[in-house]
Amino acid sequence: MDDGVAVECSDLVVRYGSVVAVDGLSLQARHGEVLALLGPNGAGKTSTVETLEGYRRASGGTLRVLGWDPGEPAGHRALVRKVGVMLQRGGVYPAMGPRQALHLFASYYDNANDPDTMLDLLGLGSVARTPWRRLSGGEQQRLSLALALIGRPQVIFLDEPTAGVDPEGRITIRQVISGMRSDGTCVILTTHELSEAERLADDVVIIDHGRAVAHGTVAELAGAGRAAGITFASQPGIDVAALAAAIGTDAVEVTETAPGRYMVEGESSPTRVAALATWLADRGFAMADLQAGRQSLEEVYLSVTGREAHGKDS
Amino acid sequence: MRPLAAQVTAEVRMTLKRGESVLLTLGIPVVLIVFFGSVHVLPTGSGKPITFLAPGVLALAVMSTSMVNLSIATGFERGYGVLKRLGATPLGRPRLLAAKITAIVMLEVIQAVVLVAVSLAMGWHPTSGAGPAVAVVLLATSGFGGIGLLLAGVLKAEVNLAAANGLWLVLLLVSGMLVPLAKLPGWLAAVARVLPAAALSQALHHSIGLGTPVPGWSWIVLGAWAIAGPLAAALTFRWE
Repeated sequence: MDDGVAVECSDLVVRYGSVVAVDGLSLQARHGEVLALLGPNGAGKTSTVETLEGYRRASGGTLRVLGWDPGEPAGHRALVRKVGVMLQRGGVYPAMGPRQALHLFASYYDNANDPDTMLDLLGLGSVARTPWRRLSGGEQQRLSLALALIGRPQVIFLDEPTAGVDPEGRITIRQVISGMRSDGTCVILTTHELSEAERLADDVVIIDHGRAVAHGTVAELAGAGRAAGITFASQPGIDVAALAAAIGTDAVEVTETAPGRYMVEGESSPTRVAALATWLADRGFAMADLQAGRQSLEEVYLSVTGREAHGKDS
Repeated sequence: MRPLAAQVTAEVRMTLKRGESVLLTLGIPVVLIVFFGSVHVLPTGSGKPITFLAPGVLALAVMSTSMVNLSIATGFERGYGVLKRLGATPLGRPRLLAAKITAIVMLEVIQAVVLVAVSLAMGWHPTSGAGPAVAVVLLATSGFGGIGLLLAGVLKAEVNLAAANGLWLVLLLVSGMLVPLAKLPGWLAAVARVLPAAALSQALHHSIGLGTPVPGWSWIVLGAWAIAGPLAAALTFRWE
């Protein structure tokens, strides 16, 4: 634990009968870090998280949460006091309102957060007595998050925390997650939304078919992969062959991908960007929307999973 | 101790706030005592109807709380992921089970107070058989609770709701709670005698109704269900 690693698994395998849900996944998350497991539905995100939570037994590989194996009874007993859990759905008595649920859950822990403070933090004060089944989807998610936080966890697992949440609620949830990170909590969340992973996480593991297909910080992922080259906008009809000859010593290819939009393949060094800018300036051409060497996370996601991105919301 | 006390309080509070639970555990029993105690249509023999009704309805009340109410509530808790979520808290399954049992016993005490008061007002004269009565009620609670959890642990919440209510109605009719076992066809009475409902009602008729010893077969049947019910539930229960 001295190295700051809070959650770790290596070569994790989770099988349901003959179906392999998680197929040799490794990941690591530190205290004060937010790790997002990003992937399409059915990629194995929930199976991974629920194995780390102790709900399922791993068929292979090793797991460590705060130094314990969550699948062992002793580990489970120790971890329930130190780990917060937000399930993908449900988990609260349907007839119970947020205040009563928070007070009840607070009673399970020795040193719980104050339930009324949590109500305010998650913006649930106005529905404190409304039964769970009559709360909106966003309110239910915020209550689930509050319940996951009530025991002052050192590690918190959030399964699709912003799914079905309105924009205002998403802002609240993001603020709470970033507050947890500042407090040194290790946050592991799943999402199938790229924008959420990009906004919330320090580190992202992209999962597909139970395997980690990419792993790194958002910046690393966006900068890695195939060379992204330089894209820019200018007036239509520029002589791309002349431009290519002017900015490259090696064979550079410049294409007009759409009228007035250009793509320079190959390296995206400052020298090349400068040469490009000079060439355009000498001819009095405009230059806009310059992007060098960085793909959006969405492009990385598409290239590593080889499929369409999911919509903005579930 | 604090988590257990909080859980028991929550369980009791949720039951008393649920209209259908109050109807099932208190409303229907009170109506049955008052109605059939006033309108003499049941074949309860020559004595006052309340002498037969009071123990019979107390048995019904025990069955309603420990089997039907427990089963329906637990089924929905399972369906809503509550049981799964609680598994990730320090409450733990043993304490959750202990809280449910304690809550049932507390609800049964409330039922007993209300139903005995109503029965006394209807002119009931209980005999001194409280000791054996408490013992058979505890055995029956274990057996009924096991059956209730058996259903809640394998069926979908909505299916379980129907099953538990259906079972309640069948057992009500063939239990000697409202209709004496002697009035049933022989084969049906024979079936009824191996079920916990009839064993409990006969035990209460004898102990607090007639002031006679609880029949041996009642003890045996209730004891067997008290072990078999929870065992079957434990072997088959799915928490999510």
